[in-house]
Amino acid sequence: MIQLEKRKEPSAFWTYATPVLAVVLTMILGGLLFALIGKDPLLAIKTIFWDPILGEFAFYYRPEVFKKAAPLVLIAIGLSYGFKAGIWNIGAEGQYIIGAICGAGVALAFYPTEGRWFIFPMMIIVGFLGGVVWAMIPALLRVYFRTNEILVSLMLVYVAEVLIKAFSIGLMRNPDGHGFPGSRNLNQYASAANLELFAGTGIHWGVLTALFAVVVTYVVLAKHQFGFFVRLTGESPRAAGFAGVNANRLIVICFVISGGLAGMAGLFEVAGPAGQILGSFPSFYGFTAIIVAFLGRLHPVGILFAGFLMALTYVGGNAAEAAMNIPSATIQIFQGMLLFSLLSVDVLTNYRLRFVVKKGA
Amino acid sequence: MDINPILLASAIMVASTPILLAAIGELVVERAGVLNLGVEGMMITGAVIGFITAHETESATFGFVGAAIGGAVVSMIFGILTQYLLTNQVATGLALTLFGVGLSALVGQGYQANNQVPVIKMPIPLLADVPILGPILFRHDAIVYVSLIVVAGVFVFLTRTRAGMILRAVGENHDAAHALGYNVHRVRLLAIAFGGACAGLGGAYISLARVPQWVDNITAGTGWIALAIVVFASWKPWRLLIGAYLFGGVTALQINIQAMGLDIPVEYLSMSPYIATILVLVFLSGGRAPASLGRIFHASS
Repeated sequence: MIQLEKRKEPSAFWTYATPVLAVVLTMILGGLLFALIGKDPLLAIKTIFWDPILGEFAFYYRPEVFKKAAPLVLIAIGLSYGFKAGIWNIGAEGQYIIGAICGAGVALAFYPTEGRWFIFPMMIIVGFLGGVVWAMIPALLRVYFRTNEILVSLMLVYVAEVLIKAFSIGLMRNPDGHGFPGSRNLNQYASAANLELFAGTGIHWGVLTALFAVVVTYVVLAKHQFGFFVRLTGESPRAAGFAGVNANRLIVICFVISGGLAGMAGLFEVAGPAGQILGSFPSFYGFTAIIVAFLGRLHPVGILFAGFLMALTYVGGNAAEAAMNIPSATIQIFQGMLLFSLLSVDVLTNYRLRFVVKKGA
Repeated sequence: MDINPILLASAIMVASTPILLAAIGELVVERAGVLNLGVEGMMITGAVIGFITAHETESATFGFVGAAIGGAVVSMIFGILTQYLLTNQVATGLALTLFGVGLSALVGQGYQANNQVPVIKMPIPLLADVPILGPILFRHDAIVYVSLIVVAGVFVFLTRTRAGMILRAVGENHDAAHALGYNVHRVRLLAIAFGGACAGLGGAYISLARVPQWVDNITAGTGWIALAIVVFASWKPWRLLIGAYLFGGVTALQINIQAMGLDIPVEYLSMSPYIATILVLVFLSGGRAPASLGRIFHASS
């Protein structure tokens, strides 16, 4: 039988090899799933992973990959601080929605004043703050009442979803919209639009911000004392206490970072690809980003790759839906499988497999 | 339209049942020291499998049985990963929820316009005719009674049986339980399967009795509320009963108020169960969690 023996140090080889192994495993499992619903598995895998980047219509899909990767990377980077320290903000989806509402609110309040130099930056700041405020609810309840932050942050996702639905048909509805739900389209308001910076590339301010966040996080985690405290708290909360880490302050800071970045992601989305506040705005990015964070091993560079991979499954999933009539729900299962595979092959990183012959058996 | 207190009380019982079922299952799982955040995923799997089984076999009973089995089967993904591949329970539970929501949407395609098999009411003879209490308590379908029996059963199991003591020992201190010769992983795997079956049953109650229809994402956070109720209940079965009925009450009441057309905006009413959950978590929960909750057990011998 097989026994597991704990490694003293996580294996350096498997740390890098397991994400690749997990992706391969998911492709096999996903292929089986596609075969099960009567689709050609090889064609499906190729449509999802190959065509959006190098296929015939890649010029259309490639910008989409950037647009989808930006919010995923931005949110996942924010979450990675807390996850490293054992602080679980599961409600990034809610902070993302509130960031979008707040940022769009600024734009709609100024409409139709022209002045991009102050309106757009103000939207970004307010979007950030909106996410922070929404994240402060679970953080402060955790600090002052020891309330479980997982459950509170999650409940607030549902509240945010109700709010955005209500605003899209009430407070923020487009007065010139002939009674249709939804706010004014921010893409048509030059001072507030988060348009592509280089035509046809899909690169907008959110993409640049995500890249910036990756670089800053890399430096902070590797070189700054705060990064050390985060890692220390995750590995041994007691040791962190002796080293003078203020656990409560760490909780609040982690929630500020994750909530703020999620809020910014929401703002960039509503002012760019989505364009308006609408009941259908919530997109599950906040939840998918959790997969991205783990898939990237909570490491900024890893998260960057994982974000692109996950964006690819979205875009490729759409392509597969269009070309092969594969239901979009299949992609969600696929993403779940990816996380399952990654978590299971992780055992190789931390444990050594030993094949033992049972005595007397 | 006025609120009829008897009908409301009866509606509260119906609204509470899925939460109660999912929560009692999770309570057992957590008492065994495992935190399964996949309740929502297991519930929605149960909801879709129960609906399809009931539709195909034209029997609600088979539907519920199928849902319980389905819930237990998907919970085993979580069980095997966390117990034998020693994965992080928080992440694995989340993956289970993502997976379950996707799976249910895929499997449920084509069943959305179907009407389901009626769940037959089971009035209890004599008691059903008691004024006031009769209509509130004794004219429900079988699953409502089943949920109460399960809660009572879990209470007896945990406090009065040897197996229950072993389960609690595993949840409080898995190293000590292992040293005494108990198989920690097997106990936990069984608890997880029980939790999955209960969640599946609760999910099926939503799609077969409460709504009753199949629509995507039908559970809408009920699984997460069930998780919150376990914390509120301080991991005690009888407090769970209070919690579940409290939330069923908020849900049923807000639907009644919406129907009355009072001058309260609908959106504030529909967010009330979630806000209530937060308030209860903050002000009314002070219990101690099982000491080994969420920790990975690995016997190093």
